[in-house]
Amino acid sequence: MFAYIIKRLIYAIPIALSVTVVSFVLVYLAPGDPLNAIAPADAPEEVIVALKSAYGLDKPVPVQYGLWLLRAVQGDLGTSIASGRAVTAEVLSAVSNTLLLAGMAALGGVLIGCILGALAGYRHGTWIDRVATVISVIGVSIPHYWLGLVLTIVFSIWLPWFPAMGAGPGGSSEWLWDVEHLRHLVLPALTLSVIPMGIITRTVRALVADMLEQEFVTALRARGLSGVAVFRHIAKNTAPTVLAVAGLQIGYLMGGSILVETVFAWPGTGFLLNTAIFQRDIPLLQGTILVLCMFFVVLNLLVDILQPLIDPRMGRG
Amino acid sequence: MTTPLVSLQDLSVQFCGSRKASALNAVNLELGAGEVLALLGESGSGKSVTLRTLLRLHPERTTKIQGRMQVDGQDVLALKGRALDLYRGGTVSMVFQEPGLAFDPVYTIGQQITESIRAHAAIDEAAARAQALQMLERVQIPQAKRRFDAYPHELSGGMRQRAMIALALACQPKLLLADEPTTALDATVQIQILLLLRELQRETGMSVIFVTHDIGAAVEVADRIAVMYAGRVVEQGPVGEIVRRPRHPYTAGLLAATVGTENRGQPLLAVPGSPPDLAALPPGCSFAPRCAQASERCRREVPPLQTLGQQALACWHPILPLAEAA
Repeated sequence: MFAYIIKRLIYAIPIALSVTVVSFVLVYLAPGDPLNAIAPADAPEEVIVALKSAYGLDKPVPVQYGLWLLRAVQGDLGTSIASGRAVTAEVLSAVSNTLLLAGMAALGGVLIGCILGALAGYRHGTWIDRVATVISVIGVSIPHYWLGLVLTIVFSIWLPWFPAMGAGPGGSSEWLWDVEHLRHLVLPALTLSVIPMGIITRTVRALVADMLEQEFVTALRARGLSGVAVFRHIAKNTAPTVLAVAGLQIGYLMGGSILVETVFAWPGTGFLLNTAIFQRDIPLLQGTILVLCMFFVVLNLLVDILQPLIDPRMGRG
Repeated sequence: MTTPLVSLQDLSVQFCGSRKASALNAVNLELGAGEVLALLGESGSGKSVTLRTLLRLHPERTTKIQGRMQVDGQDVLALKGRALDLYRGGTVSMVFQEPGLAFDPVYTIGQQITESIRAHAAIDEAAARAQALQMLERVQIPQAKRRFDAYPHELSGGMRQRAMIALALACQPKLLLADEPTTALDATVQIQILLLLRELQRETGMSVIFVTHDIGAAVEVADRIAVMYAGRVVEQGPVGEIVRRPRHPYTAGLLAATVGTENRGQPLLAVPGSPPDLAALPPGCSFAPRCAQASERCRREVPPLQTLGQQALACWHPILPLAEAA
């Protein structure tokens, strides 16, 4: 098992490296000049040249990448062109907010998805199954920014139960575990949980329905195991697949919440990314993309390590 | 015979899911304590359905069961909840055809046997584990201690089937159902498993219903054979009687289609045609469309099962009349 974890860790290194290349180069493929954001349109030539060399933009791209990577490894992602603050600090503060939001959304989505999916799988072909299927299809197909707007209208404007914007009272971006902050979390978390909920429901439903047809489940019942005991067996058999799907969904939640964070003005990575794009803030953009991609790498690594712990037939080979 | 351990009376099973099928049609069977009965027949003749019905394993929503089914004095069709759980695995247990598919792949062999024991007896984990290990030794699994912690996929087919037998016998059932327990194994292992089953049956004195389409295997382990066709028992009797003096044309056909030393070098005599569609059974004898002896009456009326002593037969034109065995 230990050797397996080491091997997985080593496999993750080239993936992480290619991620840095992509997140660095991708930004250069996008149209627009970062200097437009800082230099006035009529700035003289000397000023532009001075600015270029100050930000290192006059060097060839591979050299720029090398320097950037060297600093990134040491935890320095450069300085935001727009705000002048350290990118690392900005990204980390945004990441903690996004982690909170995505964590809550994932928890809710996976939990409800598992319950709905298991119910539908067990009652395959009945009205419960059809209701769960309709809910999951709606969950997957509804545009979540639209859902966010509707929820805001209903629960923030018509019924003033939850605030519509920000992560805390008075636009504070510092998170505190109190009722006021939690109320800010409800609507965005609910909005974000709908897609993973739908996908997990469908996955669990298909897995459970398939599992119930398996000979070994019949054999478990033939041994006189109670319904609860049989369910425990089914749960352990479906867990590896659910884990893989959930891991991917949590990854999407980390970065995929640009629209929802913008709708709710939630000071997370999505919101930050949106700002960075509109301000052509290249260091900020690169730093944020890199951190988000690293989330995927780490999540997949975790799933890879957890799966064979549940299912002995996987991995280790 | 005193009160039989198993008694099926006019047992009928219909599947009414997406496709309708009459899988069992008024089956009558009795089995005494310590007796070994082989159910013989082609695929789809209702052998496995009989076993699964005995454990009530068919999905309740789509299965209609009629008739009476008594095992060890219990009305099986009336069992519910905890009583049904205790009956399954406790009174009656089953060895499945494919040991590779009948174990939960993500638990070790030992865990699964231990779990089964604890579902039936109020004993602690350590005692149950000790019992489970003892069972593995009893089915002659070499290095049982090591195999105890093995996952099903880590064992060979023969070892898996031994473990399956250990699991089935862990709660000392009175009746063991064996659903083609050797079909998925290779020939040398088949014989070992058959010998093991016979040995364990003699040691424990349990009754066994053994489903097979291999007449050789039936002769090897059974006291009595019941031949099934299209969800009906068409003939039954002691092994020697069935093999030497088959009375039903279908039994005779099955015996003629067996490879042996006496028909070496000759073309194999297969029973012509194929079994009827269970969704649309013919009105008369189900075997009539494939039977050389079939008359107008055979096509019109279902022959009743006539019983004489240990033997029973359902045929209008038997090859030999039913007679008391010598």
